[in-house]
Amino acid sequence: MRRALDTKQKVGRWAINGVAGAAMAYLFAPVFVIVLFSFNNPEGKFNIVWNGFTLKNWANPFSHPELTDALVVSLQVAFISTLIATLLGTCIALALSRYRFKGSGAVNLFLVLPLTSPEVVLGSSLATLFIARGVSFGIVTVIIAHVMFQVSFVAVTLRARIRGFDWSLEQAAMDLGATPRRAFWKVTFPLILPGVLAAALLSFALSIDDFIITFFNAGSLVTFPLQIFGASRIAIPPQINVLATMLLMGSIAIMVVGLIIESRRRRLNTGSERKR
Amino acid sequence: MVLVAIGIVALAAELITGALAVLLFGVMIASVVGIIWVAIMGGIETRRALAPYGLLKPGILWLSLFFLAPLWAMMEMSLSSKKSRFDFSPSFSWEWGNYSRALTDFGPQFGRSFLYAGIATILTLLIGYPLAYVIAFRGGKYRSLLLGLIAVPFFTSYLIRTLAWQNLLSDSGPVVSVLETMKLENLMEWLHIMDNGRLINTPAAVIGGLTYNFLPFMILPIYVSLEKIDTRLVDASMDLYTSATGAFRRVVLPMSLPGIFAGSLLVFIPAAGDFVNAKFLGSPQTTMIGSSIQDQFLVQLNYPLAAAMSFVLMAIITASVLVYAKFMGTEDLT
Repeated sequence: MRRALDTKQKVGRWAINGVAGAAMAYLFAPVFVIVLFSFNNPEGKFNIVWNGFTLKNWANPFSHPELTDALVVSLQVAFISTLIATLLGTCIALALSRYRFKGSGAVNLFLVLPLTSPEVVLGSSLATLFIARGVSFGIVTVIIAHVMFQVSFVAVTLRARIRGFDWSLEQAAMDLGATPRRAFWKVTFPLILPGVLAAALLSFALSIDDFIITFFNAGSLVTFPLQIFGASRIAIPPQINVLATMLLMGSIAIMVVGLIIESRRRRLNTGSERKR
Repeated sequence: MVLVAIGIVALAAELITGALAVLLFGVMIASVVGIIWVAIMGGIETRRALAPYGLLKPGILWLSLFFLAPLWAMMEMSLSSKKSRFDFSPSFSWEWGNYSRALTDFGPQFGRSFLYAGIATILTLLIGYPLAYVIAFRGGKYRSLLLGLIAVPFFTSYLIRTLAWQNLLSDSGPVVSVLETMKLENLMEWLHIMDNGRLINTPAAVIGGLTYNFLPFMILPIYVSLEKIDTRLVDASMDLYTSATGAFRRVVLPMSLPGIFAGSLLVFIPAAGDFVNAKFLGSPQTTMIGSSIQDQFLVQLNYPLAAAMSFVLMAIITASVLVYAKFMGTEDLT
């Protein structure tokens, strides 16, 4: 039951809403700057001071080959490492939530450790191993490094998502004569798939964006963040902002599609429940 | 079980002989193939018993090889000594001197890192809690949309976001000019936020950048713990004549402590090791330990010292997390 609010409470309510609104504005200020400065016509090599509106950056988004190449490398790395990490991480999450077994507590702790270690430590320790073993740095070492933190991330987020999963559904399918494998692919897998995809998308974003761990393990390989870091000392072309805005739009589009699918699913689910 | 044993032996052998990455992949593939083989050939009972281990093995093996083994390698490295400045394959020699050098030469950097990370953690809590609260209790049907909006800035690159802050805080940038037109420079100088009329290259800019970049890691766990709260509990406490603040302090806040705990860790730990914000928004007087480690490792090529510094960083973080866990009374980290 809602009760009537007195003036003091109303003021408090507005104050909290105001703080929340300001926090949202704070979150979006740099995004606004990034998009705005993709239309800037900078005077020198640094795209820092506003100097007039232009569309020419958007007309030639790929005019800096070193940036585009780095973006392609980042996408390749993210694609391969996400594929491996999603496979391994999903297996771990399934094992942890499907079965009770000895040592699951230790596994849980072990999974959280990479996520709670500072990135400098993860990056430098892996690089130390590679140096000590004489492994040469390149795309393979970067993929290995990315999979390392993505596995933990996928396993932990997916486990949280399928915590309340009703495993008796699988049992029911087997009672109806399905083989365990068929029960898994026909019942369990379609139900956990949205969670798997969400975890995969987020870990893809983590991989594309990773700077510190990559910095230690890349050798001469240049990913998009490394290119930006290197360029930031010499020149910041507005194309960086154009490519960043494109990535942003792409990810927002994926997110919106995801939200629409989810809300449609929910509507379908509630509909079928009502029918019953 | 035999296969698990073979896997472990192979892992150990790899660590001793130090073979190449090719072999690592060999082990990985062999273990996956082995699991499939057991699943197809074994009886129902063995399959049941082995299933969780089978599912776990590839991922855990990967983490052991590329998370645990590196920590071991780094520990060895931190106790090794360089024979000369140009000796790039130091040998193990119980060289504790690296640790004392790490502490004596880089004391200020360690101090700054934990100070900045601590302030940033408190600021993210102060900014993030109200936002999470409003979304959880007043978001209504816009909840998932609002949560999605929080994630949006983080779909642009971390470095580009930080560069955008460089832009916003620069001497000719909007924040400085707003402060100047509002005649707030003196207040800002007094608060040590501005330094000689500049915002960029100050400790405040670095802390601001850290706060910004790790804010969602505070908002999301707090939101998750607030969302679980049954609002009828709040109503019940009000029926028992607590004030709104009392209800918040006695009911909502204690129930959101796990979220605050998780959020603080997720902000503090990466912030303490960060070096991007200090590099882009700070000055040589604001370097944090992350940049010193990176400098020793990638520029000076002094691997033993960098390894010792990493270990000191990990040790201090672990110790502060344990103290904090004791203080918050939480045992469940996940």
